[in-house]
Amino acid sequence: MYKIVEARSVGLNIKQFEIEAPRIARKQKPGQFLILRLHEKGERIPLTIKCSDPAAGTVTIVVQGIGKTTSLLNCLETGDSILDIVGPLGQPSEIENYGTAVILAGSVGTAMALPTANALKQAGNHVVFIEGARNTEMVVFEDEVRQASNETYIMTDDGSYGEKGLVTKKLNELLAAGRKIDFVLAVGPVPMMRAVAQVTKPLGIKTMVSLNSIMVDGTGMCGGCRVLLGDKSKFACVDGPEFDASLVNFEVLMQRNTMYREKECQSLKYFEEHKEEEVEQLRADLAAKEQETAEMSAELAAEEKHYV
Amino acid sequence: MSEKNALPLKERMKIARTHMPELDARVRSRNFEEVNLGLPVADALTEATRCIECAKPGCVVHCPVGVKIKEVVALIHAGEYLAAAAKLREDNSLPAITGRVCPQENQCEGGCVLGKKGAPVAIGNLERFVADFERESGQLGLPANAAPTGKSVAIVGSGPAGLSAAGDLVQKGHRVRVFEALHELGGVLIYGIPEFRLPKTIVKGEVDNLRRMGVEFETNVVVGKSVTIDELMHNEHFDAVFVATGAGLPVFLGVPGEQFNGVYSANEFLTRVNLMRAYQVTEYDEPVYDCRDRDVIVVGGGNTAMDAVRTARRLGAKSATLVYRRSETEMPARAEEVKHAREEGVEFRMLTAPVAFLGDEKGWLTGARCVRMELSEPDESGRRRPVEIKGSEFVMPTNVAIIGVGTTANPLIQSSTPDLATNKRNYIVADPESMRTSKRGVFAGGDIVTGGATVILAMGAGRKAAASIHEYLTSGEWEKAGTRD
Repeated sequence: MYKIVEARSVGLNIKQFEIEAPRIARKQKPGQFLILRLHEKGERIPLTIKCSDPAAGTVTIVVQGIGKTTSLLNCLETGDSILDIVGPLGQPSEIENYGTAVILAGSVGTAMALPTANALKQAGNHVVFIEGARNTEMVVFEDEVRQASNETYIMTDDGSYGEKGLVTKKLNELLAAGRKIDFVLAVGPVPMMRAVAQVTKPLGIKTMVSLNSIMVDGTGMCGGCRVLLGDKSKFACVDGPEFDASLVNFEVLMQRNTMYREKECQSLKYFEEHKEEEVEQLRADLAAKEQETAEMSAELAAEEKHYV
Repeated sequence: MSEKNALPLKERMKIARTHMPELDARVRSRNFEEVNLGLPVADALTEATRCIECAKPGCVVHCPVGVKIKEVVALIHAGEYLAAAAKLREDNSLPAITGRVCPQENQCEGGCVLGKKGAPVAIGNLERFVADFERESGQLGLPANAAPTGKSVAIVGSGPAGLSAAGDLVQKGHRVRVFEALHELGGVLIYGIPEFRLPKTIVKGEVDNLRRMGVEFETNVVVGKSVTIDELMHNEHFDAVFVATGAGLPVFLGVPGEQFNGVYSANEFLTRVNLMRAYQVTEYDEPVYDCRDRDVIVVGGGNTAMDAVRTARRLGAKSATLVYRRSETEMPARAEEVKHAREEGVEFRMLTAPVAFLGDEKGWLTGARCVRMELSEPDESGRRRPVEIKGSEFVMPTNVAIIGVGTTANPLIQSSTPDLATNKRNYIVADPESMRTSKRGVFAGGDIVTGGATVILAMGAGRKAAASIHEYLTSGEWEKAGTRD
């Protein structure tokens, strides 16, 4: 069991959790993710790690309540626990001094891009961070974004904060102004990452995207997360999650991500109708699990060790 | 009642082999309950009576871990079931599991002299009988541990190789900690082999026994990612490491259309159903393709393919068809699985291979373009090589295609341990006798060394590794390898 040291709301339906997970905290590098499971009957979901504190033994994740598991997770508070967490998984971001690095992140993707932005800045890049969100309530981590970059732009779909428009609008403006861009990282919804790739591919700008395909184990065992890069099949969990955007087949990624859409919707609908019971049940399950673990260790401790 | 078998040999040989009672095929092909129900006591006694107690028992020779089968069967005949279980445990720490999943026809029963003229003694069924008897009696014959040696061993992977090594090493007095990547212990026994063939409670029972013997377990640790082998040895002070990670990486066919929704690796399909319990749709969150009233094909001829196709049938598939490029004779699956699958209504389409998957405009699988094959000269595996019959293409309509043609080495450990030698297929190189790798203090065994094999072979490797690790920890000598029996 992994204790939530701090849970706080950071935006509309977006929550940040700092969780005790010493092994992951020691090893995590920018770009990597973890997989968690909330209860015995729950699914395993991958989430990118925002940062970690090896000394405190904690990792920080940011969660947008979209499906059942993320919505249930976002009901948890400081002091609650998470049943299973495994990581860090995937390949870390490639950090180099490219020159000018532009990072485009959509809403909760901002949290995922932050550690890489920090690392790129430390490596000597001039980091331009373009954060996009639907509206002012969805703009997250603005202070941290400003710290992690040399130049910052906030874009909202409705213009309720920063500038109005999509992140690609700002990217096009920079290019039109003749800015030399050496590296691009895009983290966000698939259509956004595809739009970025469409801008940078003809210009030959090295562009990486962090792919969010459906996963089960996260260790290369199931192949469910396979993505098409040109004519090659790659596993997002072990070969990624970051890939060269110019090779990614975004249509196949979108198609595969719809595989369980119907069931996900049913599941979410049920959850929303039974939210309180579900959260109560989760807390009861976790308490029972904790007790079971305690009893097992007590039993083992009580058992006399007999040696031959 | 420990009298010897007094029945004359000729009389014993007249007794027919007892049959394992099974759930009715029509019932079981729609649920996940265990197919084999276990021998009743009377049948176990009869079966034990059939043994003619050879002076040189072929069954023992053919058992990969050398279980003293003749003695076990004699104890069953004498009604000493708990003693039989204890005898079994001397060589096999997971008898309830192997009694269910071993390919006995190629091993112990294949070596039984009775099989030359009639049916061999049903050794697998007897093994399961005593293991179940022992478990249900609650009087576990767990062996005592030697005094603590002060040495510690990290075992990577909680599958059959890791579990059997853990049992042996803890008995020798070493501190043993098993690291598992998934959230549940048991490796392939949990995520791979379905409930109807190996109930999860059996695996959990064996794991709990090891816990009682003092083995420590840590789940959610991906060695190579969460911690490296070097960190285990230097920072966490393990004196030896046994790598037993299995061959977990799925192999796809590499044909066009494998990205369509509805094409699964057998690993993914079985993991969703077994580990994540996707078959209990209303209770568990994990989804799996709704097989109900659909045509499902499974590509492959081994036990994994057989598990997948029987699972698809149980999930309500209208048709569940096994597509295999060779003929039934070459199928590596256990004979019992083939028999059970057929009874459950699984269709077999032999000498057939998919060359492309077809999908609709939204990317959902609609069919498999296949070719017919014929057998030619034997290949390096000794089996006749399948070759395509020109112009034999046809389309099999299907909504779910599951690829169960094998697995390969997962590179996570190798890539994070530069001084660990691997072969060109990325399996870890280890001495076949001493299980020692190129790296001092690191041993490897099971599928990560040999490639995909069976539960019992992995267990055998685990036991060999345990003996070699014990020798290393006792002598401190690394170079002197493979000298024990």
